[in-house]
Amino acid sequence: MDLLVAEGIKVVRGGKVVVEVEKFVVRSGETVALIGPNGSGKTTLLMTLATLLKPVEGKISFKGELLHGFSQALHYRRQLACVFQEPLLLDTTVFHNIALGLKIRGMPGGEIKNRVENYADLFNITPLLHRRARKLSSGEAQRVSLARAFVLEPEILFLDEPFANLDAPSREVLIDDLACILKKKKVAALFATHDRSEAVRFADRMAVMTGGKILQIGSCEEVLNHPINEQVASFVGMDTTFWGKVVSVKDGSALIAVSQKLIEIIGYFEVGDIVFCGIRPEQVILSQSPLGKDTSIRNNLPATVVEVSPRGSFYKVTLDCGFPLTSYITTRSLEELSVKVGMSLNASFKATAVHVMKHGRP
Amino acid sequence: MELLIDGFLKAFGLLFSMDREVFSITLLSLYVSGLATFISLVLGITFGTLLALTEFRGRNFLVSLINTGMGLPPVVVGLFITIFLWRNGLLGFMHLLYTPTAMIVAQAIIATPIVMGISLAAMQSLPQKLRFQILSLGATRFQMFWLLVREAKLSLLAAVMAGFGGVISEVGASIMVGGNIKGYTRVLTTATVLETSKGNFDIAIALSIILLFLVYLINLVLTLIQQRERPR
Amino acid sequence: MRHWKCLFVVIAILLMGDLGESLGAAGQREVILATTTSTQDSGLLDLLIPLFEKKTGYFVKTIAVGSGQAIAMGRRGEADILLVHSPAAEEHFVKNGFGINRRLVMHNDFVIVGPPEDPAKIKGLKSVAEVFKRIAAEGKLFLSRGDNSGTHVKEKELWKAAGINPEKKRWYQETGLGMGETLNVAAEKKGYTLTDRGTYLALRKNLRLVLLSERDERLMNIYHVIEVNPAKWPKVNALGAKAFADFIVSQEIQEVIRHFGKEKYGEALFYPDAGKKVEELGK
Repeated sequence: MDLLVAEGIKVVRGGKVVVEVEKFVVRSGETVALIGPNGSGKTTLLMTLATLLKPVEGKISFKGELLHGFSQALHYRRQLACVFQEPLLLDTTVFHNIALGLKIRGMPGGEIKNRVENYADLFNITPLLHRRARKLSSGEAQRVSLARAFVLEPEILFLDEPFANLDAPSREVLIDDLACILKKKKVAALFATHDRSEAVRFADRMAVMTGGKILQIGSCEEVLNHPINEQVASFVGMDTTFWGKVVSVKDGSALIAVSQKLIEIIGYFEVGDIVFCGIRPEQVILSQSPLGKDTSIRNNLPATVVEVSPRGSFYKVTLDCGFPLTSYITTRSLEELSVKVGMSLNASFKATAVHVMKHGRP
Repeated sequence: MELLIDGFLKAFGLLFSMDREVFSITLLSLYVSGLATFISLVLGITFGTLLALTEFRGRNFLVSLINTGMGLPPVVVGLFITIFLWRNGLLGFMHLLYTPTAMIVAQAIIATPIVMGISLAAMQSLPQKLRFQILSLGATRFQMFWLLVREAKLSLLAAVMAGFGGVISEVGASIMVGGNIKGYTRVLTTATVLETSKGNFDIAIALSIILLFLVYLINLVLTLIQQRERPR
Repeated sequence: MRHWKCLFVVIAILLMGDLGESLGAAGQREVILATTTSTQDSGLLDLLIPLFEKKTGYFVKTIAVGSGQAIAMGRRGEADILLVHSPAAEEHFVKNGFGINRRLVMHNDFVIVGPPEDPAKIKGLKSVAEVFKRIAAEGKLFLSRGDNSGTHVKEKELWKAAGINPEKKRWYQETGLGMGETLNVAAEKKGYTLTDRGTYLALRKNLRLVLLSERDERLMNIYHVIEVNPAKWPKVNALGAKAFADFIVSQEIQEVIRHFGKEKYGEALFYPDAGKKVEELGK
């Protein structure tokens, strides 16, 4: 069911409109990732949905009840929890930090002790319980912050780039733990991040936000593979985009001309249509020679390597095949193909890999 | 040199003989300045915090007023209060001139901007998002206020010490609004001025030593509290 | 925001202690006596006030300031009764209708003190006028209180009578301090100064100053008690003021004044004069 529904939200800061969102819904048990570059308004939207900031316009309903007035908002806030980029712990022991929300709610001491110990165990910080919070490493502190949120057994969780300040190993471990716990506890979550890969790990749905507005919401598959426009495409990593003109059609597929090359795409078009397309780099295959007609790959283009840049566990290869094309290949492939700048290769991709974002008559 | 030694000896003499007048002067000093500091603490921390956490038009102007107030010359405060409290003045009907109450009010007015200014700075130096984190835990405004005050405890205790230090050593306003009346509004500082102007330097030094000792004792207690809470 | 109310209640309760006292008094039990610092410093009032309070039940608030300020307080109706020693200003005060029942109380005298070496050689000179002329002529250091107190006003009269204007002369320095402090400065800087006998007697054992000139009739310091006129200022405690004035000129108290200081300093500090005429004094 729809747990949190926000409509017509408009937030103004310093005279400027920083967030303008028509409708935003979080369903119970689901995790929604809010992705976008820095300054896109993710944090502001998140805090507004948690009623920590006040919008100049808009309504928020929780479990069907419209929230207006401070006491209703307070009642709502006692059913949610927030974790921010900085742990924001108080200058006291880890135990007291985790227990804070429970104390605020007036829970009796014995019960607090039990709960805190359980959740400390869940986040593997039991040995830290009696340490002073200021003395923890950033990874440990963020675990405490998470424990503090989960111990409240909230209905909905708001996380604002919780891993941004952590070093890679801490982040890896914590992401795994959190993904596991979220699944187990079945709590709804709204997760803001600028890191696509984090979003993909956790999210059931993904929302792309820029300039205070939400450009697209949908399942991860939808957003990553079928971005609605160039802006979203560039943010979700669909690096290759181009314009083309339809030159011939054949039930359900078409040939388009792009920079004097012909590319086969799927869809119903008419000759003469102008289309704007994108291809995900993971779907561009590189080979020494064109892939044979005995494969289902319809598009083979000779290309020259323009740039090779490492991306951790894989490489991003930028090619020129009449228009710029990007491909991701593994390190092994890079070595086996001896990919170097300036060399000629064959770039291939399926017709179904081409995603048409816009099309129209000129 | 002799004078100082005389003074020291006289001080001990006065203390150990529990000279009644010195005793009552000391007690009155503590009462007046203590109560004034308490009032300034309550008003100063509350408003300093409120100001730190809210935004509104004219806030900067208000903050600049407070900062000016921190350097407000006590005699100026004393003069204006005296004028108000004169029998024929605006508040003359209250008959407060030349009473310990008037001294408490004057000292509270002197100390409050000091405590307020330091509290404001202390609260503003807390992490920006901390307030939101606390609210997100479901705290009422009152609970949030207390939690933030506890977080800023170190600086706030410094504010209290500054406020207290400012008024226990104050003499100009205290003489003006109190009248330095024997056994009624005479405190350690005003008595010291009196004895000095009479030329009784040994007594003046003795009173000064008692005052210094008192101030040290109280600051010692406050410092111990402050440093005990320090993150170790 | 319930805690705001708690706050006010707490402060109110604590202040109630004093407040109640003041409000209850409603001014009727209190008498504000404006007098001078030298009068208070002499210690006479520390003796007389408790006697008065015990006898009449009034609570006296003694505000000791300079003569100028004391009279100004009377002019503003901020005091009930004045005990001062600045005849010219007092006459002006009464003439303008601010004071009534101005009565002679006592007098003490001023003396001129200076360093034992007496660099201007004023010892033995017959009159104050001669003393001042000599000091000016020799250009020897003279300390003035410079604060419009009774002492300062008297000093200025004496300079005028001697036909000298000491203002801005480099040997004439104004301290702006009380009598005791000024004596200290004079001792430190080895200068001359005019002082009331009482303060000098009280402090002489610690000062390196000797008495060099006295008994000129111009050196008399005459104290009057003046009730502030309730017709001009209805809020004054006229009854209390009259009670105090009557008290201090009463025979019993005049006797107390006569003996004050004998024990401690070997001589009396004041001469009681109630009932006499000013012209009779010193004869």
